[in-house]
Amino acid sequence: MSLENTLAVPYFEVDRSALVARLRDILPPPALLIEEEDLRPFECDGLTAYRQLPLIVALPENETQAQAVVQVCRALNVPVVPRGAATGLSGGAMPHRDGVVISLAKLTRIVRIDPLARTAVVQCGVRNLAVSEAAAPFGLYYAPDPSSQIACTIGGNVAENSGGVHCLKYGLTVHNVLRVRALTIDGEIVEFGNAALDAPGYDLLALINGSEGMLALVTEVTVKLTPKPERAQVVLASFDDVTQACDAVASIIADGIIPAGMELMDKKAIHAVEPYVNAGYDMNAEAILLCESDGTPEEVAEEIGRMKVVLERSGASEIRVSRNEIERLKFWAGRKAAFPAIGRITPDYMCMDGTIPRKNLAPMLIAIGEMETRYGLRCANVFHAGDGNLHPLIMYDANRPGQQEQAMAFGAEILELSVRLGGTITGEHGVGIEKVGQMCAQFTPQELAAFRRLKAAFDPAALLNPGKAIPTAARCREYRLTRGDTSSETQRS
Amino acid sequence: MDAIVEQWAGRVRAAVAAGRPLRLRGGGSKDFYGQALAGDLLDTREYAGIVAYEPTELVVTARCGTPLAELQSVLAAQGQSLSFEPPHFGRDSTVGGCVAAGLSGPRRAQVGAVRDFVLGVKILDGHADVLNFGGQVMKNVAGYDVPRLMAGSLGTLSLILEVSLKVLPFAVAEQTLRFELPQGKALTLLNQWSGQPLPISGSAWSDDRLHLRLSGAVAAVSAATEKLGGQTVGEGEAAAFWHSLREQTHAFFAGDAELWRLAVPSASAALDLPGAQLLEWGGGQRWLRGGDAAAIRAAAGLAGGHATLFRAAAAEKSAIGVFAPLSAPLARIHRHLKRAFDPQGVFNPGRMYPEF
Repeated sequence: MSLENTLAVPYFEVDRSALVARLRDILPPPALLIEEEDLRPFECDGLTAYRQLPLIVALPENETQAQAVVQVCRALNVPVVPRGAATGLSGGAMPHRDGVVISLAKLTRIVRIDPLARTAVVQCGVRNLAVSEAAAPFGLYYAPDPSSQIACTIGGNVAENSGGVHCLKYGLTVHNVLRVRALTIDGEIVEFGNAALDAPGYDLLALINGSEGMLALVTEVTVKLTPKPERAQVVLASFDDVTQACDAVASIIADGIIPAGMELMDKKAIHAVEPYVNAGYDMNAEAILLCESDGTPEEVAEEIGRMKVVLERSGASEIRVSRNEIERLKFWAGRKAAFPAIGRITPDYMCMDGTIPRKNLAPMLIAIGEMETRYGLRCANVFHAGDGNLHPLIMYDANRPGQQEQAMAFGAEILELSVRLGGTITGEHGVGIEKVGQMCAQFTPQELAAFRRLKAAFDPAALLNPGKAIPTAARCREYRLTRGDTSSETQRS
Repeated sequence: MDAIVEQWAGRVRAAVAAGRPLRLRGGGSKDFYGQALAGDLLDTREYAGIVAYEPTELVVTARCGTPLAELQSVLAAQGQSLSFEPPHFGRDSTVGGCVAAGLSGPRRAQVGAVRDFVLGVKILDGHADVLNFGGQVMKNVAGYDVPRLMAGSLGTLSLILEVSLKVLPFAVAEQTLRFELPQGKALTLLNQWSGQPLPISGSAWSDDRLHLRLSGAVAAVSAATEKLGGQTVGEGEAAAFWHSLREQTHAFFAGDAELWRLAVPSASAALDLPGAQLLEWGGGQRWLRGGDAAAIRAAAGLAGGHATLFRAAAAEKSAIGVFAPLSAPLARIHRHLKRAFDPQGVFNPGRMYPEF
């Protein structure tokens, strides 16, 4: 299925044996994988539909080795694909056929935790949750919590500017990182940001977050730690009507409340989840809304009271407030298990990631309902409603001829509608290889050319993760042709 | 395309053709900030107005020339604000200038800086192309984060035409407390308090006196007030104090001595530098009057941060350099980025670093 997008990946002429010889001087034997059976586990990331065997996998044990590997690749003009835990959902870590995958999974040291300054310095391969665990004795944690947080690494979080369910109040990765130490494609060590709240010059720290491994290789990160709220409580509201649930989201914000998390699930998602985890969701509801408050006990009591008033006014058919931590986690368990729960009821599914203005949540849900009929496929909906970030889960069976293509077309239509509704094709999963085509729908040729010039400012030879995130002009011409758009384009590069 | 934007695109093309740079300027309230001003004036104030504002989306989109005060009063009417509290430094401050300068006020340590609130930009680049990046939504990882790159770029990369900013509701309750404390003790307490779930929204220490602001739910503010002690400051007096800090009308900022801004880790010990100091952002931003440039830059660097010559005479700024020097690889990336957006160097040349 990956054909359409992988064809756009540029070709490099690489002398494999010369490359292996040079890398053998740098890496101990177990850190250099060259046999097909050893390369196979690296052929994809969390987006398993797209696979590509790499030329070589390097597993440096420290920054110095990583630096030397990059220098060799630069000298021999070999593409470099950085890889963390490979939990990414857009194929950002999918290997390049002619390239070296540099797995940074061995750089797992927590260098330093400074409880007074509320910062942690960690190597790129440290897992997201491990940061919070290490900070817990000091009453602190690392706020961004992508659902893969048990496995995903901080380096990968920076590459993707990962979010989670608490973004509206606590921000994305970019808001919670102070400093990134990285390797340029020339193998120089650079530091974006510093130990203070800002750095001189352009905000390269903002630029490196979400750059999908295309500007530099992250090796070490200083993150901000947040005081753990004394208390958290969640409201679980049921609605007989999806539109009412969507309107309730806007009403809560209109009331001046910024919930710590606000998640919406539709009936299909509820019915997949409830038998799986027994979260206590209302099986008769058309939609449920999870609305969390955190802070001091006084603050939470005040905010939960206000949320309940708004939800009642919005027509909620049932409102339950978690009575204790066990119940709070139970209410959340259903949401957190949504993806695997869908995985149980369908052979395959695709998770989309558009973001739209909150006011368009209801029209989007209605449009997805129509698409289900048109494509003959089911789609369950799980939303980070507070941020307008959608995760429609399109269910299909790859073994049935044509279904995968139908699912992809379904997904593409959701993304293009996201753009038309004033949003974006990706809120937190990244463009990677998966959505590189839809970039042509969201950006003009001039904007894409600006992206390419920006990349060249960091990586003039275009060796870092080539073929991802930013489509070539040729790729977009093809995309527009297949979409029946023959408008001419002027290109500048 | 709007007539004004079209006209400006023409000016960019003409500037490129003639090799005559443009000096992008809103109300001129931040003319004092950065290196030399050079080029033919392009006044951004004629492109003004709020393009879109829906309070329930928590986003406002405004044109560059919109007066900052006007935008803030429109937000305030809906109980919302720019919570990074941008300084105006004069009545003529514009939205475009606020984003280009990238300066944030007392709440920065808790809520974030200008760049944290920039969701989207429409720019006119050095090719005279109008480009849109980001958007009006909270989460958006499609393409590189150009909107945040524009924040604080001092108009050296592009002309910001329009900007979308995240807005937040005002806190329901607010209380300012005052403590008599020496600097070291104040720093320790500020860092300890910041590690606890307390609704702190600003701090300022100078002359052995610490002001601490709390904002949030009524119950949270009153519980914290009780817990922290100190002397409560009346509402009017408190508002005037934080305003004087944000706008640098406070007595500390008076006089002609150079004003240095040191950004250091909040927990850094009191810096051993002569001259009066005023500390904000829980210790993360330290203002210093006068002193030896080399010693100041060295102290800030040693602490893990950097020092900016915030206000000084033009001759002094060009001799010392306003912004801390960049490492060689970073300086190269800066030059290349400048070239990527503004290949002929027509926008605010030398405003940030003399080399570009």
